[in-house]
Amino acid sequence: MEPRTSVIEKRLKNVKRIIAVASGKGGVGKSLVASSLALHLANKGHRVGLLDLDLYGPSSHIILGIINEIPTEEKGIIPPTVHGISFMSIVYFTEDKPSPFRGVDISNIILELLAITQWGNLDFLVIDMPPGIGDETLDVIRYMKTSEFLVVTTSSKVSMGAVGKLLKILVEMKKPLLGVIENMTMKDSLYIEEEAKKLHVRYLGKIRFDDNLEDAIGKTNRLVKTQVMKNLTTILKKINL
Amino acid sequence: MNIFSSFVTFKPFPSVSGAYMHEWALAESVILAAVEAALKEKLKTITQITVQIGELQQIEKEIFLFALKELAKLQKPIIKKNAFLLKTEKSSLSCKSCGKSWKYNDMKKKFNKTESEAIHFIPEVVFVHARCPYCGSPDFEIQKGRGVVISSIKGVR
Repeated sequence: MEPRTSVIEKRLKNVKRIIAVASGKGGVGKSLVASSLALHLANKGHRVGLLDLDLYGPSSHIILGIINEIPTEEKGIIPPTVHGISFMSIVYFTEDKPSPFRGVDISNIILELLAITQWGNLDFLVIDMPPGIGDETLDVIRYMKTSEFLVVTTSSKVSMGAVGKLLKILVEMKKPLLGVIENMTMKDSLYIEEEAKKLHVRYLGKIRFDDNLEDAIGKTNRLVKTQVMKNLTTILKKINL
Repeated sequence: MNIFSSFVTFKPFPSVSGAYMHEWALAESVILAAVEAALKEKLKTITQITVQIGELQQIEKEIFLFALKELAKLQKPIIKKNAFLLKTEKSSLSCKSCGKSWKYNDMKKKFNKTESEAIHFIPEVVFVHARCPYCGSPDFEIQKGRGVVISSIKGVR
């Protein structure tokens, strides 16, 4: 018998809301949106956790410039709080080396992280999801039942092709969907908005492509002043975040 | 020093009582799962919980048992004080590339303290820190001996 599943509910008992930032496609800016969302909420005075579940390519720690931080051990592990965010990631255990995990390993790692991480009292737990509708997404749906999904796409038809599939499965499974964010837009187009409407999913707005974003990566004081953060803040207001 | 090499500062066994360890979290999951199963089977008393501990997780048995006994005290159905039977499951790792098998113990001397500690927390990171000792492939699997599993629960109705 697998004992770890029994303790997850207890670990998340004092977490008020779980927001999973997801996409059907890689490279659309999920980690940036998840990290910026966590930062935005923390700066508003909320108690915030950020769980990077992109086990092959974790990057939230790079975006937020989290270095020289480690979890502490107390009846499990307590994530360090950086920039007001309790931050948990596989990088604490991999030394940022390549991570050749198969599906069964992914599920085991997620179970272990959920079973041993002591989040304490949080207003929000933001999850930086990996792309697609594989093990990680299904495990979050299975073990973190109250998760609300914030879905990210680019303006591309290629991106929306994959994102549409994620949206359909989330709708089919009756999961709470906060809406779709269109990221890295370069010209005005109604394509994503119309596609979202066809799927009866709320379209939340655009984040413009920001030439200066790269200079703000790893520097939260600059990140909060970017065009990305301004656009995201406008979007988040629509869903009372 | 970066975030990752600093992991070495994780103290492996820092507390005197053992009450603050990672083992506590795993013990908590065992107790909750056993109670859930016992309630389902309408047991009034749990007389034995057999827990299999995989070699890779390198659980400190004494601390784990201490945590199990402490956590068992306030449970319903009642868990007998000496209900816990801990068994170590020897590991077996197998290479998907060359087909050869080996044990975690055969390779554990190669890990530094940081790597060993990381595997203790998340056994799957063995795929990150090790390669097949025969062909060097990163594509191997844990066939046996991963982590903590309840193998049986006995009780009275």
